[in-house]
Amino acid sequence: MTDQLRGKSAIVGTGHAGFGEAHGLTSFDVMAQSALAALGDAGLKLSDVDGLFCTMMEDSMPALMAAEYLGIQPRFIDGTMSGGSSFVNYLTSATMALDAGLCDVALIVYGSNQRTASGKLVTASRPPAYEAPYNPRYPISGYAMAAARHMHEYGTTREQLADVAVAARAWARHNPEAFERGPLTREDVLGARMVGDPLTVRDCCLVTDGGGAIVLVRADRARDFPKPPVYVLGSAAQSAHRQISQMKDFTVTAARESGKRAFAAAGVSPGDIQAVELYDAFTINTILFLEDLGFCAKGEGGAFVEGGRIAPDGVLPVNTNGGGLSCVHPGMYGIFTVIEAARQIRGDAPGIQLNDIDVALAHGNGGVLSSQVTAILGSQATL
Amino acid sequence: MPNTKGPDQIFQRALAEQEILLPKCDDCGAFHFFPRVLCPHCHGTAISWQRASGKGRVHTTTVVRRKPERGGDYNVCMVELEEGVRMMSRVEGIAPGDVVIDMAVTAFVGAAEDTPIVLFRPAEV
Repeated sequence: MTDQLRGKSAIVGTGHAGFGEAHGLTSFDVMAQSALAALGDAGLKLSDVDGLFCTMMEDSMPALMAAEYLGIQPRFIDGTMSGGSSFVNYLTSATMALDAGLCDVALIVYGSNQRTASGKLVTASRPPAYEAPYNPRYPISGYAMAAARHMHEYGTTREQLADVAVAARAWARHNPEAFERGPLTREDVLGARMVGDPLTVRDCCLVTDGGGAIVLVRADRARDFPKPPVYVLGSAAQSAHRQISQMKDFTVTAARESGKRAFAAAGVSPGDIQAVELYDAFTINTILFLEDLGFCAKGEGGAFVEGGRIAPDGVLPVNTNGGGLSCVHPGMYGIFTVIEAARQIRGDAPGIQLNDIDVALAHGNGGVLSSQVTAILGSQATL
Repeated sequence: MPNTKGPDQIFQRALAEQEILLPKCDDCGAFHFFPRVLCPHCHGTAISWQRASGKGRVHTTTVVRRKPERGGDYNVCMVELEEGVRMMSRVEGIAPGDVVIDMAVTAFVGAAEDTPIVLFRPAEV
């Protein structure tokens, strides 16, 4: 997105369903419940939706499957699959489609039952041919190798990684929607079962059920809905690779490029961001993205997150819902970064509601640090 | 045997002969990996094959933790070859947790089930 699209679309509804364990429901059931929740929030009906933006873990024609299930025949669909970043990426295509008049009501939606269905990541993608013979565990082995390299180059410690999980939990403890709300200490994280060195199970995101949905309209009618509109000020993507073995620098992600362009489109800088919602599939993600998005210098992410600095009452509010580490992670988490950022701006965050949030950042990650998408959202005051 | 010309087939057939070949671009001179029909650096399509030196260093590494009854822990790592390309692999002959970044390693052709694959062992000093 360029600055030509700044503020051209607005989020007028958000919703979710099936958080935690959605017993007896399929992924598409959870998707549909999420869609209804978001449309209800916006005061709209399914029959108003004429643009659908959806991908699912289980199907290679996810947008068609979702439209069929919902009983709608949208005139614009986007099912681009870039992993968990897809739903942040749809902010760009939805804004473009709305601005061009290709649709009037855009619904971004996702759902998964991966916890109750299998208890592990469900995916339709096949292991890459030049990696599969070595049996890396997807996706953790890739993230573990990124963490190991970051520790090697910059002296980042396991304690600093652990502090990311501790901060996420500290936010989640205040959030009744969060799946894990018990106390968590640095020692708990370090002493948890090692899954892929240097990451323990507490360095890894949750495996939950859940779905989310977002309704967008053109900015010119955004004030006609029950909730305060949240404008898309800028969004940008960068695709780096698909396989972890093709990652050029294991300590630098494409968030550096997506962030730069999203900030430019929105006309703001990291110092203007009041709430930061990052896709924290693993603790190393938060450190990498804080660096690459410009909240601290490369290599300083470990020190930046240390000792509660991104926890409640820290220096920067990061993952204020508890993130994928403690709130919800149904296979793909990206949509929830946008939902939490929007709710912080609207003033109806489920957990700790920060004061007077006008500008928030949502960052989606897909694959194995493969796709990075950054979006900057703003209140009416930012237009 | 059908005529095998695709880059993946050339690589795999060489492996079956216990030989590690790497694709190299005739235009820009850079190696690349995985094998493909164009150079990902300059997008040239004239690709030659060179026998790998087999010398590399561990660029990054992890231990996949697995229950002993399922075969136990094993190493997964990225090796940067002298030729400048990286590949995912495994260092054998030492405990998976003893594989460290920057360790010098030497390639050999091993097997995953019945398929030949590139593996590494610590370089002899």
